[in-house]
Amino acid sequence: MTGPGAKGGPLLRASGITKFYGDRVGCRDIGFELWPGEVLAIVGESGSGKTTLLNCLATRVVPTAGVIEYRMRDGRMRDLHALSDAERRLLMRTDWGFVHQNPIDGLRMTVSAGGNVGERLMAVGERHYGHIRETATDWLGRVEIAADRVDDDPRSFSGGMRQRLQIARNLVTGPRLVFMDEPTGGLDVSVQARLLDLLRGLVADLGLSAIVVTHDLAVARLLSHRMLVMKGGEVIEEGLTDQVLDDPQAAYTQLLVSSILQV
Amino acid sequence: MSAGAYNFAYLDEQTKRMIRRAILKAIAIPGYQVPFASREMPMPYGWGTGGVQVTAAIIGPDDVLKVIDQGSDDTTNAVSIRGFFVKTSGVATTTRTDAATVIQTRHRIPETPLAAGQILVYQVPIPEPLRFLEPRETETRTMHALEEYGLMHVKLYEDIARHGHIATTYAYPVKVAGRYVMDPSPTPKFDNPKMHRSPALQLFGAGREKRIYAIPPHTDVVSLDFEDHPFSVQEFDAPCALCGAEGVFLDEVIVDDAGGRMFVCSDSDHCEERRAAGHEGTLAGAPAWSGAAAAAATEDAS
Amino acid sequence: MYVAVKGGETAIRNAHDLLADRRRGDRAVPDLTLAQIVEQLALSVDRVMTEGSLYDRELAALAIKQARGDLIEAIFLVRAYRTTLPRFGAGEPVDTGAMRIERRISATFKDLPGGQLLGPTFDYTHRLIDFALAAEGETAPPAERQPAGEETPRVTDLLAAEGLVETSLAAAPEAEPGDLTRAPLEFPADRDLRLQNLARGDEGFLLALGYSTQRGYARSHPFAGEIRFGEVEVEFFAEDLGFAVPLGRIAVTECQMINQFKGSAKVPPQFTRGYGLVFGQSERKAIAMALVDRALRWQELGEELTAPAQDEEFVLSHSDNVQATGFVEHLKLPHYVDFQSELELVRRMRREQAAARVEEPGEDAREAAE
Repeated sequence: MTGPGAKGGPLLRASGITKFYGDRVGCRDIGFELWPGEVLAIVGESGSGKTTLLNCLATRVVPTAGVIEYRMRDGRMRDLHALSDAERRLLMRTDWGFVHQNPIDGLRMTVSAGGNVGERLMAVGERHYGHIRETATDWLGRVEIAADRVDDDPRSFSGGMRQRLQIARNLVTGPRLVFMDEPTGGLDVSVQARLLDLLRGLVADLGLSAIVVTHDLAVARLLSHRMLVMKGGEVIEEGLTDQVLDDPQAAYTQLLVSSILQV
Repeated sequence: MSAGAYNFAYLDEQTKRMIRRAILKAIAIPGYQVPFASREMPMPYGWGTGGVQVTAAIIGPDDVLKVIDQGSDDTTNAVSIRGFFVKTSGVATTTRTDAATVIQTRHRIPETPLAAGQILVYQVPIPEPLRFLEPRETETRTMHALEEYGLMHVKLYEDIARHGHIATTYAYPVKVAGRYVMDPSPTPKFDNPKMHRSPALQLFGAGREKRIYAIPPHTDVVSLDFEDHPFSVQEFDAPCALCGAEGVFLDEVIVDDAGGRMFVCSDSDHCEERRAAGHEGTLAGAPAWSGAAAAAATEDAS
Repeated sequence: MYVAVKGGETAIRNAHDLLADRRRGDRAVPDLTLAQIVEQLALSVDRVMTEGSLYDRELAALAIKQARGDLIEAIFLVRAYRTTLPRFGAGEPVDTGAMRIERRISATFKDLPGGQLLGPTFDYTHRLIDFALAAEGETAPPAERQPAGEETPRVTDLLAAEGLVETSLAAAPEAEPGDLTRAPLEFPADRDLRLQNLARGDEGFLLALGYSTQRGYARSHPFAGEIRFGEVEVEFFAEDLGFAVPLGRIAVTECQMINQFKGSAKVPPQFTRGYGLVFGQSERKAIAMALVDRALRWQELGEELTAPAQDEEFVLSHSDNVQATGFVEHLKLPHYVDFQSELELVRRMRREQAAARVEEPGEDAREAAE
């Protein structure tokens, strides 16, 4: 695990993130730092504000207040919501990934698996069909999809395959940060286990940083180094994942842990 | 509707100035679609209202106008549009590519290379090259602004993955002056190379969609492709049956109900010029295929 | 053969002569007069004026005659004529509250100041073919009554006085309303342009969209607060005189739709509005327009986008029947160059596929999805 000692400082720094929907609180006054190579889990029940927070961080929603800074590839920290549209969209399709809970939201369902993986490469200027196809096939292999499926579109894929394809599509440009919204939600338990295994391997191999939103403490346990526990739009507990899960301090966290980790 | 009641070339001068401003902007930003306040014209949308407005805005009494549709001067819509300008402006018309100063076209670029000083006006049905990948105008404008053209290559990638080659044969997208991806209107891709560094000014008018765009003379126009699947044009197996021309775009004409067919120049002026110069194809000289006989026969039919 | 490919000037001329002949029909039947069309096909005239966006009954009647009764073709003729007319400026907003009313109904109040006035309507007629109309014979004049001279305030104004319905946003006095016939429509469009687009829009298209909102595709719980038809004064502000001068009277139908709105934490519950206004008498169009106007306001009212009638780009881009008919019918134009290109491609791909099949016979077994 890469700790706060990593050179260059944090990859992402959020402070005072607050989002209101009218009078309703989405999330309130949230701050943390994410370091290179670190995986942060945001856990909580539905309605706790974790998805709102994720969308603010990924610049998909503009927060009502607060600042999110990100270390660009040139080493400078930039305020994400002050980036130009062009800079932000470039960031989103090169340096970031976003894995949706439902792969239909993150894939082009009528485009072949190869085209889905190759899109980001073409977006950044790759113009050699052979190379694109080779890279796509290679990535399909890394997410355990057989090479002969490269020309099939995701409509013929199972839920687990679709989710793995979405992951490959995101990772092909070598992003430094991946946002994941309930990446194993909606999958059968056995399929979930295989996907988690794969994700854990990829994150470690690539030295990725990730922010994972999940209501499933087992997912947080397997994937994350650190976690935030959210309730009612606020962070009520945070710390190293093992610590929080083994010795929860907040009553709500204790309840969550006791209700899930019996198994 | 008497011609006398209307201004020269139909449009009022205010409207012409508005269109000229859009044209100037389009020339200044090659390949960029400039919104303009398209007027309702006395011909239907989709039948060349954009091209007609551009021509009306630029044409002067000394111009010589040529109008083609599908490469031919005597297809019905070309005849109708030429008649419109004769009636409203009284300008001289021609069928000869080299004699025209303004050429309005639908779906073809003449075979005879264009020269400096000539203006080619294209009629455009759907100006947005990204439209069938992304139906929303708000989104496609952003994609152009940010030069996000990855999706266009995804389409070409899919063609190759599925068919082994790019399966777009007309309205084949191009990149203009290294910046904007542009729809060349539904010309066959055969004509794409003619746009590249043409000495003529190329103007594109889309009336229903209210857009004008342009390729200034000597501008780079590159058809999108992959390094290992380079752009290529259609090739025909046989020369024109009437004039023997090769390396030109041919129309297929069905001659009987037993699979018989022949291929003839789509550019009727080019074909006639060649035949006048003594070139002959395999079926040359058959009188039924001459223009005069064609007109007479149509007359009988009505 | 080759002849069929070429049109030519003679063919076009002959076709147009034939059209003129068919338009006139049997010469033994008297020629239609414009007055007959204006008087007896008045609702066709109204529709052509509305969607042609030009108020001129005679001209609309002429267009209908020239178009052989094809109303979209007539609208097209009026539009093309309208383009060439000089513009002197925009009239003052018409005051429908001061309308000389011929028909006025409210579906929300049983009685109200000014009363309900049924007026000329197909409503409550039994749709039985009236064979008497086929025979000669005059229609008796209707009963007459002196106008009561009573004020007829708009229902929405009565509700607005209590704050129960949103006030119509009074446009800033200096704000010039947009004109999509003079500037290209850009998205997102403001409500002035949306309403102009809908007023010019195809009656059938709006009818279908409005209907879809009632069937649950962006349901808005509409009540026909008021529908009124009659004549209003048109005034034009004359710069030289410094005041507005009356130009004349035009007949319009106005529909004020009142829709449910639950309110939010900041806005107390109140009704919202959809608005429809057309030339002449066309309640169908005015009501449909009001429904679609209301549906298009989803964003402003914090609703979810769920249905076609709410989708501004979809609705405004496809509502114009002159544009639609032109582009749909342009498929009649020759496309043989494009088709030739596709023909060549399809032949080539068929050849390639046939060749490939010979090379590797049977290899159909495919791993199924896991």
